[in-house]
Amino acid sequence: MSKHFARKYLREEVLPSTFCPGCFNGIVINAFLKAVEELNANLRKVVFVSGIGCSSWIPSPHIKADSIHTLHGRAIAVATGVKIVRPDLNVVVISGDGDLASIGGNHLIHAARRNMDLLVIMVNNLVYGMTRGQASPTTPIGLRTTTTPYGNFELPMDVCRILEQTNANYVARWCISNFFKLKDSIKEAFFMRGFRFIEVYAPCVTYVVRYEGKTAGEKIKELFSTCIPRELVDKAPQGKKVIEVGVFKKEDKPGYIEMYSDYRRSIA
Amino acid sequence: MREFISGNEAVAEGALLAGCNFYAGYPITPSSEIMHIMARELPRRGGNFIQTEDELAAINMAVGASIAGAIAMTATSGPGFSLMQEGIGYAIMTEVPVVVVNVMRVGPSTGQATKPAQGDLMQARWGRHGDQALVIYAPSSPQEALYITYRAFETAEWLRTPVIVLTDEFIAHGREVVEYDDLKPVKRRLQTKPEPPFGSEDPTKVPPLPPLGEGFNVMFTGSTHDEWGYRDVHRQDVHFRLVKRIWDKIWMNCKDLFLYEVYGDEKADVTFVCYGSVSRAVKSAVDMLRSREVRAKLLRLITVWPVDWDVLEKEIEGHVFVPEMSLGQLSFDIERFSKVRKINKVGGGVPIYPSEIVNAVMEVLR
Repeated sequence: MSKHFARKYLREEVLPSTFCPGCFNGIVINAFLKAVEELNANLRKVVFVSGIGCSSWIPSPHIKADSIHTLHGRAIAVATGVKIVRPDLNVVVISGDGDLASIGGNHLIHAARRNMDLLVIMVNNLVYGMTRGQASPTTPIGLRTTTTPYGNFELPMDVCRILEQTNANYVARWCISNFFKLKDSIKEAFFMRGFRFIEVYAPCVTYVVRYEGKTAGEKIKELFSTCIPRELVDKAPQGKKVIEVGVFKKEDKPGYIEMYSDYRRSIA
Repeated sequence: MREFISGNEAVAEGALLAGCNFYAGYPITPSSEIMHIMARELPRRGGNFIQTEDELAAINMAVGASIAGAIAMTATSGPGFSLMQEGIGYAIMTEVPVVVVNVMRVGPSTGQATKPAQGDLMQARWGRHGDQALVIYAPSSPQEALYITYRAFETAEWLRTPVIVLTDEFIAHGREVVEYDDLKPVKRRLQTKPEPPFGSEDPTKVPPLPPLGEGFNVMFTGSTHDEWGYRDVHRQDVHFRLVKRIWDKIWMNCKDLFLYEVYGDEKADVTFVCYGSVSRAVKSAVDMLRSREVRAKLLRLITVWPVDWDVLEKEIEGHVFVPEMSLGQLSFDIERFSKVRKINKVGGGVPIYPSEIVNAVMEVLR
């Protein structure tokens, strides 16, 4: 029997994973590894850095490569330290919305400001899944969570729109329903220079989707119609809740690493 | 070399002699000069300097850099040191060498930012949550700050642990003649073949760090992990083995780590125990007391953690005085051995004067 292509990239000894049944993190792993497979990229030269939260468990321990599982919110800071010292390695951060946008928000903005040569994948599950589904900075208005039992009234943040205004080279958002777009986007950003940010819209199956009375499969079907490509958003029916997906920004400016090495050369 | 430099400059010089090639820091008085020197020196020596967005980034970037192979440090003061505690705990748990300099200033909170104090001793020892241990050195002059900083890097690499260098604003901004020779840069010990990076049979021996990018598939995590780095957040034996080993590698090497100085009479009726800049006033006080035919001695701790309790037990005799630029923290250690008279003064940048110390002693002896 032939094995799934992804198994050679995974630590088989930690399988089955600890994710909830139906968790969309599996789709993210699949898309990421498919991109790696199609690029024929060498994971030996990739260092994964993650913070705390469900999606931070995607690389650590699942992916068979060097991985650093850091403190809550500090993945980008640690990744920055690694990248500066080892520019030859491709440093990839995979973490969640709570980790990157809330407790680690400062590092996210400043890494984007520096155009730090990192690939950051933010798995946006809309809540703090690991700690039992509290509201996060991306929780939509009205969503009932353990800390917004009467429905969330705080306005959420759109991380892609914020990062669009920074010096980041690449900003994109995809839903787990856009599997192939997501995979192609990861492929596109994988070897780019500068700061690359991909948000994956992947509502928590246990604390969001289940409370909506839906199964994971039903949610994916729903996302097919609610995730609208950026260029078509204006044509969406009035009042319909849509999630804008697509590439928000793509540039090819030199990243921090090149600029620092130029700086160093200029004073030598 | 013979230079007229401040304590902050001496710390930076000691770090450069040790081969420090990564500095991440956030501006804060009174430690900033260390950062200024590193910003000037590291890029032109092929090293890396980065001014971070906050102290959380500073410590975590230093840890990331160290994992990637750099000889890394950061420096800060009171409030920044508080912010770094979680990151220091992460470095302890993942066993990553890093040197953290804390130039103590008056606290709590913003306190008096430009004035010296010694109020961070207990925080340096116990500021992290959970069971943990690390090494803390406290020099008392620019000259000593240079060698102690060098030694801090050696210790960090040897034991794969964060090492804290505690100075204060007096030492940091005081200028003195400092003499030094070129020292051999410290070397990172790296694995050549995959072996368990997090644990050995003998807790006093610490295995080398695994290299990144060589196919070793290393896993660093601040969660409880086994010898290979696999996270285990359930089993008691795995956790106990890990924290006990990290504790033991510090405490079982205590005899080698513990540095101290004894000054004055071998047999004394008055013993002073202190550390850092205060000990300079105490030395004068010891001289003044001896000229009045009072047998006095100073036990100055250079390593303030771990402490070799046997040395304290042996050296402490007679009336015991603990002068500190705080309301009293080191005095808790000494109270285990003897009745202690505390001499406390802090704030305003006013030192404890030798005459005040002598008066406190004469009051008791009279």
